[in-house]
Amino acid sequence: MNANDKLLDVQHVTQIFHIGGLIGGSRLVAVNDVSFSLDRARPEIFTLAGESGSGKTTLAHLLLHDLDPMKGQVLFEGRDVSQIRKRKQVMEFMKKVQPVFQNPFETFNPLRRVEDYLYDTAIHFGRAKDHRTAAPIVDEVLRNVGLSLEEVSKRYPHELSGGQIQRMSVARALIPQPDLILADEPVSMVDASLRMAIVNLFRKLRDENKVSVVYITHDLATAYYISDRIAIMLRGNFVESGPVEAVLDRPLHPYTQLLKESLPSPNPSGLESWAKHIALGTTDVKEYGRVGCKFAGRCPRVMDICTKADPPDVQADGRTVKCYLYADGAK
Amino acid sequence: MALLDVQNLRAYYETQVYGISRTVRAVDGVSLQLLPNEIYGVAGESSCGKTTLIKVLSGTVKPPLKIHDGTVHYQFGSYKVDMLHFDSEELRHSVRWKEISYVPQGSMSVLNPVRRIIRTFEDIVDTHQGIQDKKVFFNQMRDYVNKLGLPPDVLNAFPHQLSGGMRQRVAIALATVFHPRLIIADEPTTALDVVVQRGVLQLLKDIQAESQNTVLLVTHDMAVHANVADRVAIMYAGRFVEEAPTKIIFGASRHPYTQHLIHSLPVIGDKSSRASLGGAPPNLANPPNGCRFHPRCAQVLEICRTQVPAMVDLGGRHRVACHLVKEATR
Repeated sequence: MNANDKLLDVQHVTQIFHIGGLIGGSRLVAVNDVSFSLDRARPEIFTLAGESGSGKTTLAHLLLHDLDPMKGQVLFEGRDVSQIRKRKQVMEFMKKVQPVFQNPFETFNPLRRVEDYLYDTAIHFGRAKDHRTAAPIVDEVLRNVGLSLEEVSKRYPHELSGGQIQRMSVARALIPQPDLILADEPVSMVDASLRMAIVNLFRKLRDENKVSVVYITHDLATAYYISDRIAIMLRGNFVESGPVEAVLDRPLHPYTQLLKESLPSPNPSGLESWAKHIALGTTDVKEYGRVGCKFAGRCPRVMDICTKADPPDVQADGRTVKCYLYADGAK
Repeated sequence: MALLDVQNLRAYYETQVYGISRTVRAVDGVSLQLLPNEIYGVAGESSCGKTTLIKVLSGTVKPPLKIHDGTVHYQFGSYKVDMLHFDSEELRHSVRWKEISYVPQGSMSVLNPVRRIIRTFEDIVDTHQGIQDKKVFFNQMRDYVNKLGLPPDVLNAFPHQLSGGMRQRVAIALATVFHPRLIIADEPTTALDVVVQRGVLQLLKDIQAESQNTVLLVTHDMAVHANVADRVAIMYAGRFVEEAPTKIIFGASRHPYTQHLIHSLPVIGDKSSRASLGGAPPNLANPPNGCRFHPRCAQVLEICRTQVPAMVDLGGRHRVACHLVKEATR
């Protein structure tokens, strides 16, 4: 296959952190042998879902070239991201890959007008020469996210609602006309009534602007609502990945099943399964260091083999699942 | 008999900077009753006055927060407390933690990071009850956390060594150590993942079921209310707009805001497009006239712009403040 068909191609990426002092301490495998790719021709929303400490944000850093992987490669448009060194190449990469962060009130300086960031971005990426020529570009992206320049001009971050300011940060990301937006928990700080506005916006970007989105979240309900494919992460591993309908309608991995079951349903009847007691890990570090499947300590269907070696990736029912339970069917 | 009776409570933040005075009407005319042995949920977006309500109910009113109107009465068995006119020293000795306790949102900020968990337990028990024999106390605490299903070794851990969910459960264990009649939980699971959230809420429900006390659960997450609360009140811009048993709120709500909150929740298995609410939450320093929801309401009437809708009792413990309901019942 031609490498240029892929917008983003992540190949067997591993990132290990060392915790503790120089002597002793322990290794923490934050991302373990993760691979996925996004097609250039077909823009899509790809969700990375998992609990805190599952390695989602580390993976985002790897994709954004904030960190270079210790093993494996991240290819963007066929080029290795870790080889980007020169300023011109960095600019080129930043132009095409734009981030949206979790807390919009931390993204923007409280003492600066929010629109200034939009003008700066337009000038910085060479879309406009000065403030005056940047105005139509800024207005256009603001209209794209359902705001307008009159509505938000001369405003400071505290004068805007959480939903408005998060839409501003999406608008800022749109100015360089990126091919890929990486959104790290973009709705977790936003109120319920405004959450759908942001989520619908990503849908619109995919359908109308042909932008691919990597959507990082722990909220499976919004993930199901907007995404095409999903990968469930647990302690650095993709435990189950595939089309969102397959993975969330009929989850195979016991961890995905637990996640789906734990999602409180907005319906007061049918509480019985939710009320069933579950086991929780005491500390985070214990699970990272576990040999074999990281979920074995909490899994209701654990087998002897699970604690001895890492489970294989198995193709089953239209998705990839990392679990011994389905290993026989693949043979 | 009601455990807590709040009538027409108004609590405003009043600030004066360089001669410019500003009044934020965070709680503006709230009435509610909490019964013994129930889980009462309060739902609403950020800055709708939920936390201010909790501050008043727990007796931690400090300037610039001022009470303008209303009453807050507790009935702890035969012991009556008027929260708004109560000596703070007596409050600390006989009410706080023994009758009313509090589970905060970020458990990391209530646990001392440089002391083991058992020391925090010791501090709290010593302050409110006094400890005679340390050995007996340690054994009691060990039994207590064991009964709650937490591993006893959490007592000897430092807060940072525990996972977020375990820490939050320790905070709940701390809050319930004297079996208080009222537990106020302010967004207890907002920072947690779904699996951990389930574990924490299960613990809270178990404690409630066993000691038959009242839980005031404040969270913006409607799905949590659906699974945990017995009754739910919806708060918008400092006022209650609807209050009903959970089944009615989710099955037959009457207020457009409640209906929007419920219908906008995405569900696994349904990809149909969901609308978002236009506009922005109102500024409480300068709230809209009439019904505070009217600028964002799809079914707004002329009367909504000028007149504040009164709370109407629909029977079956269902109350709603909306002109549409009044029109329909007329």
